Amino acid sequence: AEAAELRERLGSVKHTVLVLSGKGGVGKSTFSALLAHGLAADEAKQVALLDIDICGPSIPKMMGLEGEQVHQSGSGWSPVYVEENLGVMSVGFLLSSPDDAVIWRGPKKNGLIKQFLRDVDWGEIDYLIVDTPPGTSDEHLSIVQYLSATHIDGAVIITTPQEVSLQDVRKEINFCHKVKLPIIGVVENMSGFICPKCKNESQIFPPTTGGAEKMCQNLNVSLLGKVPLDPQIGKSCDKGQSFLCEAPESPATLSYRNIIQRIQEYCDQQHFQEEKII
Amino acid sequence: LLSFLPERSNLSGVRHILLVLSGKGGVGKSTISTELALSLRHSGKKVGILDVDLCGPSIPRMFRVQDNDVHQCDSGWVPVFVDQDKSISLMSIGFLLEKPDDAVVWRGPKKNALIKQFVADVAWGDLDFLIVDTPPGTSDEHISTVEALRPYKPLGAILVTTPQAVSVGDVRRELTFCKKTGLRVLGIVENMSGFVCPHCLECTNIFSKGGGEELAKHAGVPFLGCVPLDPQLSQSLEEGRDFIQEFPKSSAFPALAHIAQQILDGTSQQSS
Repeated sequence: AEAAELRERLGSVKHTVLVLSGKGGVGKSTFSALLAHGLAADEAKQVALLDIDICGPSIPKMMGLEGEQVHQSGSGWSPVYVEENLGVMSVGFLLSSPDDAVIWRGPKKNGLIKQFLRDVDWGEIDYLIVDTPPGTSDEHLSIVQYLSATHIDGAVIITTPQEVSLQDVRKEINFCHKVKLPIIGVVENMSGFICPKCKNESQIFPPTTGGAEKMCQNLNVSLLGKVPLDPQIGKSCDKGQSFLCEAPESPATLSYRNIIQRIQEYCDQQHFQEEKII
Repeated sequence: LLSFLPERSNLSGVRHILLVLSGKGGVGKSTISTELALSLRHSGKKVGILDVDLCGPSIPRMFRVQDNDVHQCDSGWVPVFVDQDKSISLMSIGFLLEKPDDAVVWRGPKKNALIKQFVADVAWGDLDFLIVDTPPGTSDEHISTVEALRPYKPLGAILVTTPQAVSVGDVRRELTFCKKTGLRVLGIVENMSGFVCPHCLECTNIFSKGGGEELAKHAGVPFLGCVPLDPQLSQSLEEGRDFIQEFPKSSAFPALAHIAQQILDGTSQQSS
């Protein structure tokens, strides 16, 4: 019955993308937010951004929605809309103060994630993007389990170049294989820094073991792209603005846009293949 | 409040226990844990690190002992010593994995069980400091660790953040966690605070600046300092080298040494 409820709610979702990383702080939420903005630039597409990081919900701030609350209606919880075609849901909207901590063990977190999927009235969505916390635990198992009610196109895995990140990201790739989650590809974030003054490059997070490129070769997954560090990214996130709009000329913007396009193409191919089967 | 303290436990010989926390991932908890341990060692202290990040254990590689195994003794697990000196010892799930890429895909209850074992069953012996490195968040690992450590009266917690608002936003919640669980906040570290270009010395605030210091002021907790981004520090961590010993002139060194000094000052005040 539960599965049926989820299927009913999520049945009309055309494409679902999970944004994962074994490692924290590599830019999952940043990427999820920009992916949502990027896809919603096409006003004909309906985009949903679901933040299942229950302890550290970053999405409300990044989308300029801090302080917003969730409203209930007859048809369920209403997502908070950034644009007409871009709706967001996060535990952040359920907290009344920025100091409120969600100190929950696994089962309670799972319960909320299920509610997010079952009770939110997303409407008809073209893209559901799910931002996750770092790790391979309750939230990740639960989201894969609950989303079996719909079709997950795949996972985008975020990393930074250094081995300390890659060693966790390999575990995440291993997790995807274990739960049979297709991997759309890997994004190497914070990939080099060009000094704005002298234009020399520094590898602040050095790819001592070959970076994401080598890892992707070894594990036979796609490298979707590399994004350099840009101080404007953090600033835009803090302000709740889309970096892609604030710094359209930045090399980082170019990288992000290319990556978003590749993800779109991947999803479109899936759709095409499904239609062929039918 | 009756707290049961076993007569002879594996933590009996540990003088001070401190936790390194952050609501936010990737801000440098393991880095700060590692550099603090190295700094304290250089001040002649015996230090242990307990890594309770079960999904993303970073500590073993930071000491170049990621291929080591853990052995048992009568009192439990023998921690892994990083060198012949035996002045730094470690415990991490990283040592228990058959293959380094194996994902630990456990739900809460299984994580809790291992954490209880890690707290009770590691034969640390005599230590001046036990540093507990944690994953980001305020969930199973954190609740279980604090509960298991409560009878041993931890010194408190160091909270790590990066300067930007998105990080500080999560660390505010971690401060609430500390308040609710009765964990004293030793101070806040603002990590990745500015980058000085090694070529032209121009400083760029890649992840903004000042958020950690402001948070400390706002929350009324000590501010332990700003640590800048330092490629030599990142490189040392990658290679499992002793940054404190080998790069005393590097940009992150003064701040890291200062953090350790403040911790030492805090504990010597306690004793006197």
